[in-house]
Amino acid sequence: MNYFESDDLKKFPAIGKFRGELARKFFEYYGKVMDEDGALTRREKALIALAVAHAQKCPYCIDAYTEACLSNGADPEQMSEAVHVAATMMAGITLVHNVQMLNKLDKLGV
Amino acid sequence: MRLMANESAYDFETRLRQHQLELQPQTVETLQINMGRLCNQTCLHCHVSAGPDRAGEQMSRDTVDSCLAILARYPEIVKLDITGGAPELNEHFRHVVESAAGLGRHVMVRHNLTVTLDPHPVTGESMDWLPAFFAENKLEVVSSLPYWSSYFTDRQRGSGTFDRSIESIRLLNERGYGIEHSGLVLDLVYNPAGAFLPLGQEQLKKDFERELMQNYGLSFNRLYTITNMPINRFREMLERRDAFEEYMEKLVGAFNPCAAGGVMCRNLVSVGWDGRLYDCDFNQMKGLRIDIGGPVHVGNFDLKKVLDRRIVFGEHCFGCTAGAGSSCTGEIS
Repeated sequence: MNYFESDDLKKFPAIGKFRGELARKFFEYYGKVMDEDGALTRREKALIALAVAHAQKCPYCIDAYTEACLSNGADPEQMSEAVHVAATMMAGITLVHNVQMLNKLDKLGV
Repeated sequence: MRLMANESAYDFETRLRQHQLELQPQTVETLQINMGRLCNQTCLHCHVSAGPDRAGEQMSRDTVDSCLAILARYPEIVKLDITGGAPELNEHFRHVVESAAGLGRHVMVRHNLTVTLDPHPVTGESMDWLPAFFAENKLEVVSSLPYWSSYFTDRQRGSGTFDRSIESIRLLNERGYGIEHSGLVLDLVYNPAGAFLPLGQEQLKKDFERELMQNYGLSFNRLYTITNMPINRFREMLERRDAFEEYMEKLVGAFNPCAAGGVMCRNLVSVGWDGRLYDCDFNQMKGLRIDIGGPVHVGNFDLKKVLDRRIVFGEHCFGCTAGAGSSCTGEIS
């Protein structure tokens, strides 16, 4: 028994066991956003989702969107680049907070 | 779950009954003939397990002539779909094409592109005559190209296959294949490079068109997406990765009753290299012979009996009914 079992992703609909109407609205929204081409193609959305999955460190989402990217015609080069986008953003977000530190240092006269 | 020998956990007929589906034969619009298992390529996904070492399994002249006799006898069989292996490597390929075209049939060839550029694996003969021959006989050419760049293509079909496939498409384009208003049709076939399902034939077609035109100046007519069948070499790959059950669950979970109604076995008959009849090419590879109450060979083909038959289904049939469906001409629904 681990905290993350890959088979548990299949149980995702079970979140509707209580307050099912809220879960239904979420899944409808999810399907509308992810399962249709819109201003973005399904492939582009899957690549974004793969990047977010890495940034949020969600093993279920990494499994699901690795496959969704392939099914929608993305190749490993594009997928890896999407993960680098996530990594760059995460690093940038960390580093840009350094400005806050510099502001504080300035205020403290250091 | 414990299973007896030959029993499958994935029961296709039960699933059909759950959806009140009865899949009877509708027509025999197409005669699909497998000219043999000899091939210049050895692809990871090949449901035929074809390769250069299978020269012993080639359709004979007698069997070819029996197929042609069926076409002559039954004008309602309007298409001849020639497959393999690489069917061009069979010594009777030219004969069957010219004869079927002479009978006024629409002739399609499943052409792997690189066979034009490689020497014949047995005789060493150059196969560079193929594009001209296809054009002279107005064959519809249906060619596998797993992706518009080399990674997936070479991984699935062998190192260097992508570049040589591009060169071969260029030769076909030069003959008019895939060029608008030429009357010569070049279809490309996409199948996933792993254990995942194909999605969106239309979207992929736009991508293939854009990438092949921008990068190589190449064109084609249609793109077919085909699901990998969990049999032979692809099944062995899944089993080596302990992924067979997961793949089957994907296929079963994506069962689409609309796609089931359009499965190809309702409108074609498949002939093995040895003349035996099957409901489709996949049943042929599994050795599941057509069921019309006795052994049936192309030499005693009877259209009425074939139309009255009960189609033989197995767990692999979930491959034809998953998602948008899959047939020899791509998506079903």
